[in-house]
Amino acid sequence: MAFRLDIPPLEPGVAAEWQCYAAKPKDMRAIHLPEERVEDWQRRAVDKLQELLLKMRSLQVYLDICAQCGACADKCQFYLGTGDPNNMPVQRANLLRKVYRYYFTPVGRLFGRAAGAEPLTEEVLREWYTYFYQCSECRRCSAFCPYGIDTAEITIAAREIMASIGVATKYVTEVVAKVYETGNNLGIPPLAWKDNCEFLEEELYEETGQRIRLPVDEEGAEVLLVPPSADNFANTDTMIGYAKMFHAAGISWTTSTYCNEAGNFGLFLNYRNLKQVNKRILDAARMLRVKKVVWGECGHAWRAGIAFTDTMNGPMDFLEVPYPIHICEFTWDLLRRGAFRIDKSANDDLLVTYHDPCNVARAGQLLEEPRAILRATCNRFVEMPADTIRERTYCCGAGGGLLTDEIMEVRMAGGKPRAEAVRYVGANYVATPCAICKAQLPEVMKHWRVEVDGEVVRVGGVHDLLGRALIL
Amino acid sequence: MATGNLTTDAVAYFFVGLGYLAAGVFLLGLLRRLYVFLRAPVPLKITLTPGPTTYAGVVRRMAGQVLLFPHLFQADLPLWLGSLTFHFSLLLVLLRHLRYFLYPVPQWVVDLQPWGVYAGYVMPAAVVFLFWRRLARDRELYLTGPLDFGVLILLGGIGASGLILHYYARAYLVDVKAFILSLLSLNPTAPPMHPVFLLHFFLVAVLLIYFPYGKLVHMIGILFSPTLNQRFNVRRKRHLNPWDFPVD
Repeated sequence: MAFRLDIPPLEPGVAAEWQCYAAKPKDMRAIHLPEERVEDWQRRAVDKLQELLLKMRSLQVYLDICAQCGACADKCQFYLGTGDPNNMPVQRANLLRKVYRYYFTPVGRLFGRAAGAEPLTEEVLREWYTYFYQCSECRRCSAFCPYGIDTAEITIAAREIMASIGVATKYVTEVVAKVYETGNNLGIPPLAWKDNCEFLEEELYEETGQRIRLPVDEEGAEVLLVPPSADNFANTDTMIGYAKMFHAAGISWTTSTYCNEAGNFGLFLNYRNLKQVNKRILDAARMLRVKKVVWGECGHAWRAGIAFTDTMNGPMDFLEVPYPIHICEFTWDLLRRGAFRIDKSANDDLLVTYHDPCNVARAGQLLEEPRAILRATCNRFVEMPADTIRERTYCCGAGGGLLTDEIMEVRMAGGKPRAEAVRYVGANYVATPCAICKAQLPEVMKHWRVEVDGEVVRVGGVHDLLGRALIL
Repeated sequence: MATGNLTTDAVAYFFVGLGYLAAGVFLLGLLRRLYVFLRAPVPLKITLTPGPTTYAGVVRRMAGQVLLFPHLFQADLPLWLGSLTFHFSLLLVLLRHLRYFLYPVPQWVVDLQPWGVYAGYVMPAAVVFLFWRRLARDRELYLTGPLDFGVLILLGGIGASGLILHYYARAYLVDVKAFILSLLSLNPTAPPMHPVFLLHFFLVAVLLIYFPYGKLVHMIGILFSPTLNQRFNVRRKRHLNPWDFPVD
């Protein structure tokens, strides 16, 4: 039986009440944004839109050329999950497009609503805040758009406009503020980071009888590993996998307490913070005088890492080529050249499938290496249906700054296509190199009751499985 | 151009004026759009996987997208078939119309004539399908605004009036060509006073005037879509953002 998802009938407004909490003034202040909505917000928002039209060709072109054909409509996991027409990518973009038409196009000014043009009102701002924070910027729609229209560019612009007038979510702003304060999204202070690393070293000693290190702030190490901070806290099996890999390869490495975060929530907010968060990675690399920076298992981090770092904070030529480099590329290169001894049977209890994180696959162009590692470390590997993987992968449902509990309905709705694809292949382990996916998907599997032999499907990293299979 | 008959003269001046207005708005409007697309830089690499790494790769990807609509093929098979049929038949019809614009008529345009005539049937049929499609399902109906229907009605009207002309106005074709050539040589004569021809001409003029100001600019816009036209060569060449600014 071929894999098919049910497409829900339209239910206008069904997701309208699912909003993220508003940002706190102290977080807004910490990240250079107005503490609350500014007085003349309408004028300033329209001015900002004009500024962005002159700064982003994507925005200008994509607002102009959409034919409203609807090819994208049923491709978004948030539409598939909710049935709210404002979650059809085209309609989401129309929320910004109608304001663009009203203020910047002759047809919009002439014909108004008949031409899909509307002024920026309180009601429209409310729609923006709701639905541009029900988009995970995953870009699945653009893979189905005949013009490659990238709704993430529209969402990015809309969030940048909102941020500039003092409108943002608590979750995203809090995370960015924590990065400036502690170096990572979770707000782990340096001492706690070191403690966690020592604790994992103890665990590794108990498990293997070997002194496998998780070095912190070691100047002159060859590699600076920038993981998502969650790997040191929630997804410790991934962290253990990295440590075993570096140990087995005999490569000196370190993490940095100045920058122990690959994730970049600036991408979900505005350019300034995107750049500033990203800059910390290269600053840490210079401080520790490393030769390589390796990005850990984090989805949007890899987008910012490979596609934006050299542009925003380069040149990166103080590092060894090739740069930037992802941990899966780094590991696969060693594995391919025979650096490790592997016992694949260590993973025989698992039927593994691979979930492409949206940013890793569609923006970071990293499709083969994680799969190659999984095939080399697991005897039982299975792919999900073709239109749910690789550049047509579904988002887990909580990327783009949505991983916050007050919009759990949106998250679970958005996770449904991935849940159904996992159920369809019957895997009992979903491997994915992304901390957000690893936080979101277990909830999704539980919510949609994706079970094998009465047990909820497990979710973990690619390096978790390498760690299990490595012979040390 | 004056005939002494006031009504005829007024009609003639109106259509000559409309012809020049439409051509002017179309060309200048598209040039303006081109400028608007080009003046904005592309600050970041947003290439969509699978991103080509070379210029040749970009040309291949773009040619594929423009000629075969592979994304639509994946997205919606009936829509892919309908829009591919529409665009190719429109192209054939347009090429066939070169016989009214060129003197002497090149041999390849003559050879194309029967295909152009077939395409003249197919194009309005495709428009009817695209129109029906927008009514048939809740998602498309919700998305479709008056202008979306308007453009299809316009295209359908152009196709239908063209077909009627083809069968019932053969005698006027010499006059039509003389009129078009007179417009092109900037020495306009009166149009043939055939109501269906004038309707056809009028609808085409309206379409040309609307063209640069609505969604039809996808004709040129697709070429400037960064997700499709960027090389993904970040490791070889540094991509610069012209409006970048320093942060602490």
